[in-house]
Amino acid sequence: MFLINCPYCGERDQSEFSAGGEAHIIRPKQPTELSDDQWAEYLFMRKNIKGVQFERWNHAHGCRKWFNMVRDTSNDKIHAVYKMGEKPPIK
Amino acid sequence: MSKNLRITNNKFIDQTTRISFKFDGKTLYGFKGDTLASALLANNIHLVGRSFKYHRPRGIMTCGSEEPNAIVQLGNDPSMTEPNTRATEIELYEGLEASSQNCWPSVKFDIGAVNNFFSPLLPAAFYYKTFMWPANFWKLYEYFIRKSAGLGKSPTEPDKDIYDHRYLHCDVLVVGGGISGIMAAKTAAKNNFNTVLIDDKNILGGNTLFQQNECFKINNSYSNEWLKKEISTLNLFKNLNIKTRTSLAAYHSYNYLLARENLTDHLDFNEKKNKIRQRLWKIRAKKVIIATGAIERPLIFNNNDRPGIILSSSIKKYIDYYGVKCGQKISLFTNNDSAYETAISLSNSGVKVNSLIDIRDKTNSLIVTQAEKLGIKIHWKSTVVNTNGYKKINSIEIMKLSDDGTAVVESKTKEQCDCLGISGGWTPRVHLFTQSGGKLKFRDEDNVFLPDKSDLDQISIGSCNGDFELDDVIKNSVNLTNKFLKVNNNDYEKLEIISSKEIDKKNIWLLPSDKPLGKTKPFLDFQNDSTANDVKLALREGFKSIEHVKRYTTTGMATDQGKLSNMHALGIIAETAGVKMGELGTTTFRPPYTPLTFGAIVGRNVGKFFDITRKTPIHDWHVENKAEFENVGQWKRAWYYPKDNENMYDAVQRESKAARDSAGILDASTLGKIDIQGSDASEFLNRVYTNAWSKLEIGKCRYGLMLNEDGMVYDDGVTTRLSENHYLMTTTTGGAANVLSKLEDYLQTEWPELDVYLTSVTDHYGTVSICGPNSKKILSKLIPDLDLSDKKFPHMSFKSALIDNIKCRVMRISFTGEHSYEINIQSSYAKSVWEKCFEAGKEFNITPYGTETMHLLRAEKGFIIAGQDTDGTMTPVDLQMDWIISKKKYDFIGKRSLYRSDTIREDRKQLVGLLTENPNEILEEGAQIVAKTNKKPIEMLGHVTSSYFSPNLNKSIALAVVKNGKKLKGQKMFVPMKNKTINVTITDTVFLDKENKRLNA
Repeated sequence: MFLINCPYCGERDQSEFSAGGEAHIIRPKQPTELSDDQWAEYLFMRKNIKGVQFERWNHAHGCRKWFNMVRDTSNDKIHAVYKMGEKPPIK
Repeated sequence: MSKNLRITNNKFIDQTTRISFKFDGKTLYGFKGDTLASALLANNIHLVGRSFKYHRPRGIMTCGSEEPNAIVQLGNDPSMTEPNTRATEIELYEGLEASSQNCWPSVKFDIGAVNNFFSPLLPAAFYYKTFMWPANFWKLYEYFIRKSAGLGKSPTEPDKDIYDHRYLHCDVLVVGGGISGIMAAKTAAKNNFNTVLIDDKNILGGNTLFQQNECFKINNSYSNEWLKKEISTLNLFKNLNIKTRTSLAAYHSYNYLLARENLTDHLDFNEKKNKIRQRLWKIRAKKVIIATGAIERPLIFNNNDRPGIILSSSIKKYIDYYGVKCGQKISLFTNNDSAYETAISLSNSGVKVNSLIDIRDKTNSLIVTQAEKLGIKIHWKSTVVNTNGYKKINSIEIMKLSDDGTAVVESKTKEQCDCLGISGGWTPRVHLFTQSGGKLKFRDEDNVFLPDKSDLDQISIGSCNGDFELDDVIKNSVNLTNKFLKVNNNDYEKLEIISSKEIDKKNIWLLPSDKPLGKTKPFLDFQNDSTANDVKLALREGFKSIEHVKRYTTTGMATDQGKLSNMHALGIIAETAGVKMGELGTTTFRPPYTPLTFGAIVGRNVGKFFDITRKTPIHDWHVENKAEFENVGQWKRAWYYPKDNENMYDAVQRESKAARDSAGILDASTLGKIDIQGSDASEFLNRVYTNAWSKLEIGKCRYGLMLNEDGMVYDDGVTTRLSENHYLMTTTTGGAANVLSKLEDYLQTEWPELDVYLTSVTDHYGTVSICGPNSKKILSKLIPDLDLSDKKFPHMSFKSALIDNIKCRVMRISFTGEHSYEINIQSSYAKSVWEKCFEAGKEFNITPYGTETMHLLRAEKGFIIAGQDTDGTMTPVDLQMDWIISKKKYDFIGKRSLYRSDTIREDRKQLVGLLTENPNEILEEGAQIVAKTNKKPIEMLGHVTSSYFSPNLNKSIALAVVKNGKKLKGQKMFVPMKNKTINVTITDTVFLDKENKRLNA
């Protein structure tokens, strides 16, 4: 059970959060101009890496804010959390 | 109690308090401080169970949580009886009742024991191999297999005990109250860490607590005396929280741990009442120190499972701690020095030690020399090749080992004994370390897996970290703890320690016998009854992975999770397969460390606290008016209101007819309500709904369909524009929370530039819906000054109004197709407004109706229910709702997906109406629809999603999804049921009032 440092509330138990999949996938601004393949790339393709991954999380049972997390899926180590719209502090 | 099995000079057992208990129906006596196991041994009862597969007699083998054999059923109350408890962990209390498991008719005479004679026919995976064909006979086999394999009885009634959960936060958690754990806890507490020390026993001290031996001294005192002084200083620290009888169950990532505290299990039967039985602690520790010690290994030789064969260290604990002699003539069999400590303890307590059989060549450590001085006979370089005695061991056979240890040589000697202590060395308890994700390393010199790398802030100290000698334990524990806590506690620096050091080590995983292997029974896993032969057979049959061998032979898969058996299984596999143990790795240890009760897991969340129950503000009225309720998510919704013993069908028929003939009233408070405000609210709605919202006038309502980004229908509802920048959105009852969360997601992550604020107001407003041709008359009685004409208050519009000074929002919207109003009122006034509506409607026979009638009425109109007629694979086009997709809007959630190659396929499943050939035949929801019935296999074209008998049309109606359904209108189809096939015709989805005349009636 992770201890997650919500960028708005501080450290809270994982049970207060919900995971929202891969981060930094931007919804296309002009979806109608995309081919089926391009749209499918946005809609379905997710990486699911073993290792360091950028993820979206929501403090669902807290401030309800979405934020980003850098997590190593091989050992669950959280390297960083940062607000939506901010650049990842780690490459 | 056999008097001659108790010694009297014991400090840990209160021999003045006698306790009576029952085992297998017989009344016996023990003392305060006993475990069930120690009390049974004091009564000379070794035989406590039968083995799982061969039903061989089995006795108490250990003194702790690793016990594989002494698994008993506690109590016989149908609500409180507990199976599979370990007699070695049960503290004796007045009134305790326990019985043997896995034997019938009794532990002394067990019919299943015939399996033992057929054992050559019962190899590893016997059941898999024998009962795999013919496949449909399994049902028959299973019945007999289950009957003969006994694992205790489950309680048949709800548990009356109280369980509890609590959180605990600390700087340092020390797991294990042995010598190293105590020193670590004291160091932490002394340096101002908020510290918690837990131990699963009732008293701190571990094995050192009763280590009174010349070979182990600290500062000129016996190690136990020194430790007792240490323990007595612990209560000086206010920041040290000590929890005994608390067993660590699970160690998760981020130092999140679960521990079960036993609060009343040790109390006398009468004292237990109305107290919390067990508490589950949810611990979040900044740092964790694991000091869980080690488990003694058995030795693997022929017939090593007889009652009376006990781990050597357990025999020592029984005599030194409980004052119980496990036998009168005890032999000891070892490959290391620790059995000599047992020999000395026994000898000091006046128990005759026949001899010590040691597989090593003669060795001269301090403790061996001391044992020799006491005149104990030692068979060097020897092994036990067989044991005798059916219900209890009565003799052993000893032979010399060959130089390479693979065979036995010279002549056999027989030795009479009534107990055999065995010691195969020590296995560090690394279970918690590996549960937490830590990686192990292998130490070749004494064949142990040790904690290596961990990503968490934790250390392992003491024997769980591979230190087995007193001086190593103290020195290394102190150094590791200081380094880990970044402190410098020098209390333990100048200790003078005397500790016997083991000089020679030797290990043979499977000891040789004078008989061929196939004729012997060297047990590995005592609880699951698997032998070394089974493991070897699995390897011969081609299994290589340790995880596969484990599952095939079931070694290590019993409730003890192989605490005793795993290392030998690994050793034998490595040896046979010719690989190094370090490379082979171990199987995974999973939580819980020892089994948890269901009660401890669920805590207080039982009965009505199992889940949240949401009730509408009008709930009490429904109860008073005898409504039946339906669970919709967490909501309790009025389902139907039976009158005079009506069944559901009759009640729904009556309610449905009344709503269309005159007036009906429905509690719609559970509909999700989201208050949307901000200067971009209209733009926001444009993006989340498929239709256009910018031009919706203030005071008007509009139905909207919400899609997922994949183009599939997600939720629907009516949204009202209350003012320029203010909307009230309604969602389905079940979808409310998810819709809000999805909208928030888009607002925060995709469109943060939009000025929009969302607030859930589901619980803030109650909703009363009145419908039917007389609804207008009823409303005009309630709000006489409101112009209800179609011109001033048309369908799909909203007015603010007062009902007797209660502020209301009245929406003229309809989910039934009738002229209808939804009145939203602040929750606290909702019941009062409901009652006023009901009063005003009496002259029109206003009829309360529930969710079932609501479903029927909307189905007559072909209105969908998201989640019933849709299932996450339906686009608006599939629902024949093309009209709701704006052609003008550039984008909305899901738009692009509506013309993916798959979503534009014409033969997708589409929503249609169904009429049965026989109008009285009601289809079953979920029933399959086919076009042909003759040719098999039959292609399934779709299924029924909603089905009712409509009293207003006087025929059965149904909605269904059918492949290419739009084009099949008028076609005959079939719905095959178990006993008959129903003929149906595909129709339009609207069955009643296609012209919507009733809306303005």
